[in-house]
Amino acid sequence: MIKKTSLFNLHKKHNAKLVEFAGYEMPIHYKDGIIQEHKFTRSNCGIFDVSHMGQLFIYGKENLTQDLENIFPIDLEKLNLNQSKYSFLMDENACIHDDLIITKILEGYLIILNAACKEDDLRIINKKLNNKYDLQLKEDLSLIALQGPEAKNILEKKVEGVSKLKFMNGGNFKFSDINIFITRSGYTGEDGFEISIKNNYAEKFVEEMLSNGSKMIGLGARDTLRMEAGLCLYGNDIDKNTTPIEANLKWAISKNRIDTDYPGSKIIKKQIQLGVEKIRVGIKPENRVIARGDTKIFSNDDKEIGKITSGTFGPSVDHSIAMGYVDRQYSNLNTKLFLEVRGKKIPANVCNLPFYKKNYVKGEINV
Amino acid sequence: MSDVKYSKEHEWLKLDGDIATIGITKHATEMLGDIVFTELPEKGTSVEKDGTAGVVESTKAASDVYTPVSGEVIDTNQAIVDDPSKINQDPENSAWFFKLKIKDPSEIETLMNKDDYDKFAKETSA
Repeated sequence: MIKKTSLFNLHKKHNAKLVEFAGYEMPIHYKDGIIQEHKFTRSNCGIFDVSHMGQLFIYGKENLTQDLENIFPIDLEKLNLNQSKYSFLMDENACIHDDLIITKILEGYLIILNAACKEDDLRIINKKLNNKYDLQLKEDLSLIALQGPEAKNILEKKVEGVSKLKFMNGGNFKFSDINIFITRSGYTGEDGFEISIKNNYAEKFVEEMLSNGSKMIGLGARDTLRMEAGLCLYGNDIDKNTTPIEANLKWAISKNRIDTDYPGSKIIKKQIQLGVEKIRVGIKPENRVIARGDTKIFSNDDKEIGKITSGTFGPSVDHSIAMGYVDRQYSNLNTKLFLEVRGKKIPANVCNLPFYKKNYVKGEINV
Repeated sequence: MSDVKYSKEHEWLKLDGDIATIGITKHATEMLGDIVFTELPEKGTSVEKDGTAGVVESTKAASDVYTPVSGEVIDTNQAIVDDPSKINQDPENSAWFFKLKIKDPSEIETLMNKDDYDKFAKETSA
């Protein structure tokens, strides 16, 4: 049966066009449409229902940090309380089973998982931890993202102190009389927050944000925003056939973990040393044609050299944008490529990611 | 005032003598969402009834544009190529797609009038 989030009635009230996504009935856009929603998020503050994502709490003392380091390629020992890091769940071939955000909390860790992967992830992680710890994939919590330059002002009005958080850090806060957990993070290339809140308070919380000037934003704009920001979507740009090195996400592997053990560590080390055969790059078509996922990529001399994994029209950059994997020798900046769209070869160029870059406020680091 | 006719593929057609102006319906634009790219047929080419005669892409997906009648393309609307958002703004008027010198006037009779189209659009989108 198709699942609904705690904000389902609110989506309907705001005339959402609903689609099934990862087993949930989710809003793709509201009455303003994807482009307006996208631009509003870049200039003001958008609210996203991301409650379909998994919120996995792992509790345990003693060896939990050590045991999790055997699963994730990051330096958890150095992670401060309430600090977050981006990481991956990989198999022995270093292929990505999910990408995730892990945050150190009191007496444990909170891991935010992709909706389509969360049940599998829970099973894999629990098995790797030998069922030693208390793992809770919380269904009684909603997850709401507030994104955009006004997010901090709008949220601060109702949640005092939240604007002092640094990027990729979180903390416990009060909303009305209940406890909520907030991290300063997001998936749009904007400053913003993700709020974990009890299901039965989620609607009230969102209504408060709306009355302070925020607007509901659907998954359609979430996708165009993340693509402009050069961020990967699991299932499109990364999956069980790609490694973090191939995905050009080497930065997310902690330097002091490269020589240590975790699933796929030997392959990661080898790929860092010797390079990879294919690598993810940003691609800009020379005209407005959109090259969507699975579009074939050709070289200047008409050799098939890769495939597009995501492509759309970027409303803020006012240009067709894409990313995909190409053979390594074609991955240099400004390499001329051709994209086969509806039988025609469209000229394009390898370009820097992200397509859209925000000037962050001093003291806030985008990672 | 000439009569406007509609196709099951959500195109509209306005006839003036033997020249048909063709575009996509308001209902089609509402289903597509924000249109960000348009491709039109070349002037001078011949198109066959129900054949593809262009592409529209929204932020969500690409869709073919079909011609509801056969004929020779005598004009195309460059304004909607330069700014595809015009299609969402004024789909059944200034954002026309192409003009045809029609080949067979009897093909027009296979198309729907406004009432029938509105009913069809409502039923198929429900």
